[in-house]
Amino acid sequence: MATRITPEDVLHVANLARLALTEREVEEFTVQLGAILDHAADVEALDTEGVPPTAHPLPLVNVLRADVPRPGVDRDEILAAAPEAEQDRFRVPRILAEDEG
Amino acid sequence: MSTAREIAAQVRAGERSAREIVDEHLLAIELREPEIHACNLILVEEARAQADAVDEARARGEELGPLAGVPVALKDNLCTHHVPTTCSSRILSGWRPPYDATVVTKLRAAGAVFVAKTNLDEFAMGSSTENSAFGVTRNPWDTSRVPGGSSGGSAAAVAAGYAPLALGSDTGGSIRQPAALCGVVGVKPTYGRVSRYGLVAFASSLDQIGPFALDVEDAALLLESMWGHDPCDSTSIDTTPEPIRPGLYDGVQGLRVGIIDELAGPEGFQPDVLAALDRATAVLEAGGATVERVGVPSAAYGLSAYYLIAPAEASSNLARYDGVRYGLRVEADGVAEMNAATRDAGFGAEVKRRIMLGTYALSAGYYDAYYGQAQRVRTLIIRDFERAYQRFDVLLSPTSPTTAFPIGAKAADPLAMYLSDVCTIPTNLAGAPAMSIPAGLDGDGLPIGIQVLAPVLGEAVMFRAAAALEQGLEFTARPQTLEAR
Amino acid sequence: MTATESRVEYEPVIGLEVHVELATATKLFCSCANEFGAEPNTNVCPVCLGLPGSLPVLNERAVEFALRVGEAFHFTVPASSIFHRKNYFYPDMPKNFQTSQFDQPICADGTLLVDGTPIGIERAHLEEDTGKSMHMGGSGRIHGADHSLVDYNRAGVPLMEIVSRPEIRSAEQARAYVSELRAVLEAIGVSDVKMEEGSMRVDANVSIRPVGREQFGTRAEIKNMNSLRSLGRAVAYEIERQRELLESGERVVQETRHWDENDGRTHSMRSKEEAFDYRFFPEPDLVPVAPTDALRAKVHAGMPELPAARRARLVEEWGINDHDAAVLVGDAGLAEYAEAAVVAGAPGKDVVNWVTGEVLGFLNETGLAVGALPLAPDGLAELVGLVAGGTISRSQAKDVLRECLQEPKRPKAVVAERGLAQVSDAGALGATIDEILAANAATVDEYRAGDDKVKKKKRGFLMGEAMKALRGQGNPQLLNQLLDEKLDA
Repeated sequence: MATRITPEDVLHVANLARLALTEREVEEFTVQLGAILDHAADVEALDTEGVPPTAHPLPLVNVLRADVPRPGVDRDEILAAAPEAEQDRFRVPRILAEDEG
Repeated sequence: MSTAREIAAQVRAGERSAREIVDEHLLAIELREPEIHACNLILVEEARAQADAVDEARARGEELGPLAGVPVALKDNLCTHHVPTTCSSRILSGWRPPYDATVVTKLRAAGAVFVAKTNLDEFAMGSSTENSAFGVTRNPWDTSRVPGGSSGGSAAAVAAGYAPLALGSDTGGSIRQPAALCGVVGVKPTYGRVSRYGLVAFASSLDQIGPFALDVEDAALLLESMWGHDPCDSTSIDTTPEPIRPGLYDGVQGLRVGIIDELAGPEGFQPDVLAALDRATAVLEAGGATVERVGVPSAAYGLSAYYLIAPAEASSNLARYDGVRYGLRVEADGVAEMNAATRDAGFGAEVKRRIMLGTYALSAGYYDAYYGQAQRVRTLIIRDFERAYQRFDVLLSPTSPTTAFPIGAKAADPLAMYLSDVCTIPTNLAGAPAMSIPAGLDGDGLPIGIQVLAPVLGEAVMFRAAAALEQGLEFTARPQTLEAR
Repeated sequence: MTATESRVEYEPVIGLEVHVELATATKLFCSCANEFGAEPNTNVCPVCLGLPGSLPVLNERAVEFALRVGEAFHFTVPASSIFHRKNYFYPDMPKNFQTSQFDQPICADGTLLVDGTPIGIERAHLEEDTGKSMHMGGSGRIHGADHSLVDYNRAGVPLMEIVSRPEIRSAEQARAYVSELRAVLEAIGVSDVKMEEGSMRVDANVSIRPVGREQFGTRAEIKNMNSLRSLGRAVAYEIERQRELLESGERVVQETRHWDENDGRTHSMRSKEEAFDYRFFPEPDLVPVAPTDALRAKVHAGMPELPAARRARLVEEWGINDHDAAVLVGDAGLAEYAEAAVVAGAPGKDVVNWVTGEVLGFLNETGLAVGALPLAPDGLAELVGLVAGGTISRSQAKDVLRECLQEPKRPKAVVAERGLAQVSDAGALGATIDEILAANAATVDEYRAGDDKVKKKKRGFLMGEAMKALRGQGNPQLLNQLLDEKLDA
């Protein structure tokens, strides 16, 4: 089957997934993802008219928690694990693109 | 090698101290680890402290738990309080969870002694443990071969005598396939039977924690020590499980067993593996069971559906590794650039591949064709299994089409690697339990695993069939690499 | 054809997306406290920090609150609703996805009556809030900042997003919609609805189209309006901006625009050209919410009276006008205060006069909340009783009330302290008048002989003398009556 995924697709997806791929990775993934998706063609082609999707293997509903506060984790421990912290907050580099949802 | 039952009985009776036992196992690890490399971390001090606590509790006359003094190895994607948890990924380097996974809490309470955090394919994505950032684990039966995966470290640890018990996680066969390749028992329980709280997620709707053990009864003991409802996991089943061990050796008289046609070759299956399936059939028939072949047609689509669903969920679950709150950060100008640089450096090739695949499958314009369609196929698989279980109590198949393959043999061909999960994946999609038990050796002296499948919540009947097979198949071989010492 | 005749009349089309933080004790998916203003990163746990291995569990009160919203706005609450993951990267989102609802929200197809006009509400759904970023260096804005600092206390706080249909037709109506929405949300106790503190946030989708055309124009999404006033200003500005664009032959660009309170304009937010692709899929770590009949019945039974019904009832029961009813019900707690005073025995109309007059004036002046007033509602009832019983005059009552609003004193105590009680004893008043008439016999004679003009003047003098003798505490009504009797005897 013809490869259905292009290097442009790979770059677009890498951008969505926040992966900085090398040129070589782009090439490899173009081939490999194409092969995997070709294999998935059997699923794509299957007639599932009227079949509902299953998101959960078990039919559980209404799993709820009482609205009672409990202490969380120690701030110092959490911030100590952070790559960078400042003023009791997590420090990140400047936000360049206005990419808020 | 002693079973967990024997060890717990000795400790309870005061015949041996937990400390003595743990030191013996730590010594075994020290001796064999350079060759096997099953562990990301050996918990020498922690294990001794836990063992001493068990001994002290006994000295005070306290009631000991069912796993008192029993060494247990933990797959390194289970959170352990203040103990590094890496998922065999560079991206989690240096991370020490501020909490224990629910299963870890439960096993601590049962008296278990944690001896190691075991190696895995990065974030449990793989079938050979070659995708670890910390090096491949070697199969104790033949160190030129893979132990299977992704829980290859836990399977190898039990096979190599590091501990009689280990925990793994199974998303598409990650407990059963390495159990088969390493000649031990491995169980994937019903989805929701064991809490996932504290298991670092790969694919949330498929992941399930389960035991590795030297024999079926030990596996039952471990499972019974950690299952049950957990309010911290919304997908945890809130009914009390039917205990396994009381009827474990009741035999298979009258049991209806189906062999899954679609998963019994011959194409793509090693002849020795199919021969083992025949031996298993003979054992069950001799025990009074009826064995017939049964079609589960949609099982053939399991692999494709799985490789859309699991990467999709994974792409979202792994988005949190961004260099902001914990783990690795690679500096760059701009937060988006920092995220991308961190993720590029922190994730290995297979993880990136699946994130890419999953992101693509969920992206605009493809959702219905890929993810949506795979979820509908999932419904078909569930229906086919339900139909099969109207006629059969348990189903049977090989666990893996082949025995352990050489290290590097499938590393360059992701699709070939994915195909080694063909027998195990359908159960995960159905949320049902399945287990692998050793069923003999192939011509190269490598273990073969047979898979017993049961309907949702059917652990008791599944274990009963597995126990009968274990008794009939009389698998007693141990890895030669160990015998030589 | 003249230029005036060719001028196209435009009609604004406005849809509002309102986010309200629910006033639960804990976050949506974990047991961390949901509180405003805590020290940074102190209300956090593995779940809301998105630590590996953590799992969400839904807050039952958030579901109950959502059902109350469902009742209040006549929504359909479907048999089952589910959560989805909305995937995008942003540092204030710990998992880099937001757990939200997508195609199966908990509330669908509701409506709100705004000044007699029904405005459709497409949906209301539950979702988690994000953390908060502080931008360091530069002007403190995101652009030009050197780096940012993130606090996750707010991450995971429950939100309801309430999305109106594009059925709002003016800036005033947009304000009225949000005002009524806020009153209802407050009445049903699900949120603090404080726009200034961010517990209620409004985004507006604004477009215009020639009157009579079905098709919508290109819309702009306006963000960053943090009061009702700025909402009104921003929407009015944006309508005008779009009108000017179209009239000068240009076109409106579909974009997000940021309202600047200082310069009173909306500004285009620089955005990357590529469209967002949120890759929604069902959240596998949560199970569907299927409200049981018992829960629905419980919520239904517990619904308080909604503002519209309350206004109608107060008009009916107390005989007050619509405006006063709107003032009472519109302001947090004012109606409760008035109703409690009425329960304590005062007539509604009198209470409303005091509450919408002096009490509200005092609140506006001081910025206090009703609940913080030192005078309890039964104290106000006491004051009304003192005036009605003739103990003090209305103007004296104003002074008394002022004192009671400033410090915790009862009206009766203030009256006693100041010796304000009116002399209403006819005998005592009569005796005083007799003394005054005797002392001013000449004036009395002039009164009796004089015409109306003279009578009025002389009578006023005598009245003043009597009141002076009584140190101003004579009941004026009774005093007038007695004086007339004696003069005309």
